[in-house]
Amino acid sequence: MSGVRVLVGTRKGAFILTSDGRRERWEVSGPHFAGWEIYHLKGSAVDPDRIYASQSSSWFGQVIQRSSDGGRTFEPVGNEFAYEGVPGTHQWYDGTPHPWEFARVWHLEPSRSDPETVYAGVEDAALFRSADGGRSWQELPGLRGHGSGPFWQPGAGGMCLHTIVLDPLHPERIFIAISSAGVFRTDDGGGTWRPINRGLRSEQIPDPTAEVGHCVHRIAMHPSRPNVLFMQKHWDVMRSDDAGESWREVSGNLPSDFGFPIEVHAHEPETVYVVPIKSDSEHYPPDGKLRVYRSRTGGNEWEALTQGLPQSHCYVNVLRDAMGVDSLDPCGVYFGTTGGQVYASADGGDRWAPIVRDLPAVLSVEAQTLP
Amino acid sequence: MIRVVLPPHLRTLAQVGKEVQLEVAGPATQRAVFDALDARYPMLRGTIRDHRTQRRRAFVRLFACGQDLSHEPPDAPLPDAVATGTEPLVVLGALAGG
Repeated sequence: MSGVRVLVGTRKGAFILTSDGRRERWEVSGPHFAGWEIYHLKGSAVDPDRIYASQSSSWFGQVIQRSSDGGRTFEPVGNEFAYEGVPGTHQWYDGTPHPWEFARVWHLEPSRSDPETVYAGVEDAALFRSADGGRSWQELPGLRGHGSGPFWQPGAGGMCLHTIVLDPLHPERIFIAISSAGVFRTDDGGGTWRPINRGLRSEQIPDPTAEVGHCVHRIAMHPSRPNVLFMQKHWDVMRSDDAGESWREVSGNLPSDFGFPIEVHAHEPETVYVVPIKSDSEHYPPDGKLRVYRSRTGGNEWEALTQGLPQSHCYVNVLRDAMGVDSLDPCGVYFGTTGGQVYASADGGDRWAPIVRDLPAVLSVEAQTLP
Repeated sequence: MIRVVLPPHLRTLAQVGKEVQLEVAGPATQRAVFDALDARYPMLRGTIRDHRTQRRRAFVRLFACGQDLSHEPPDAPLPDAVATGTEPLVVLGALAGG
C-alpha cells in the first residue's frame, strides 16, 4: 500500500511523520537537528528518498542537510552561498542603501527531473541552484540584477525569497516570490527575469499598483495547469490565468483575506485552500477559530472547514510554507501551526485531526506521497 | 595539541563530543585553530566564522583561561595554556534571553 511522509520544519528541529495510505496512524521521528531552526525540508519528486533540509541558526549560520534514504540519515553538504559579483545594495527599512547579506535559506525546491539539482531561495533575496546534490551553490544573478533590485525592501520577516514554483510543462520557466518585492518569472532557465505583478494592489505602499514592492506571501500552481497561479498576498487572495501576466482578486467571502499559505488540491485544479488570519497586526485566526477555507471554484466562493479544528480560543498562526497536500485519492491536506500542532485531513479537508500537538513552532510542512 | 570545546549545536553537527583535539601547525592563533578545525570537520565551515569575511560570527563567543578572547585579532597568539593544551579554547553561542 502506498503511504505518506510529512516533512515538518520547526524552530527547534525537524520531524518526519509517516503513515500508510489510510493516514490514520502516524509514526513520528525527530527531532532531527535538535535545537536548530529548520526553515524547510523537501523531497525530490523523481527520487522521494532524496530529501533536502535547510538548517539554520542565528548563532551558527546556515547548514544544508541531504538525505538519500528517506530521512533515516542525513549528511551536511555545501553551505556557502556567495552572491555573484559585487553584491550591491537594496533598500533598508529606513530607505537607505543596504548591502546584500546572506542570512539563511528559506525554501528548497528540488528539480522536477533531476534529484541532484535543487534551487534555494534565500534571505537577502536571491535564487541559488546546485547541480551536485547540494555540495556547491551558484547564484542565478539575473534575478537580483533585475533593474528594480536596488529598490527592493525587506518585509518584517526579512527580505526573503520564500517561494519557488517550477513549471512542469516549460522547464525553462520558474516563478519566484519575494517579500516584499513581488513575483518574478524567468522563461530562460533563470538567466533573465521580469516582475509579474500587474493587477496587484497594496495600499500599504506609496504606489499601490507599483511594478515591484508587493508583499506576496505565497504562490501555488496545479501541475496540470501551469498557467493558472494562486497567490496569498499580505492582504488579498489573487489568481492569474496567464502565467502571472495579470492578476485578479478572488478573496470573495473570506472572513479575512490576510494569510500566509495557499495550496491547490492534488486532483482538482480549481480547489484551493487558504487559512485566513485576522490581520497583519494580529497574526491569529479571526474569532479565535482555526478554519481552513476551501474554494472549489478557483476562488471567490469559499467554505469554512472546521471539523476537528479548534473553534474557540485558538490564537496560532500558520506560516507560508506550512501547508502541503499529498497525491493520494482522496487528497490529503496538511498544515502546521506556530503552536506546534500538525493537522491532517485524509479527505480533502472535510475532517481534520492532529498528527502531533506539541512540537516547536512549525515553519514548514511538505507531504510526500510514497509508492 | 590544542583542545577546543564546542557548543552543543556544533557537536551534533560534527558528531563529536564536547571537546576535540587538534594539531595546529605554526603559532597558535584563532585563525590557525579554526583553519585546522575546518579542515578536520568540513561540516563546521561557516558556522564559527563567516564564509566570506572569515570573521567570527556575531553571536559566537571565544573564551579561554578566564578571559574573553572574542574581540582579539584572529592572528593574535592564544594564551600559552591554550597553545600547550593545558586549557581549552571554548567556543560558545552568546547567551539568549527569554
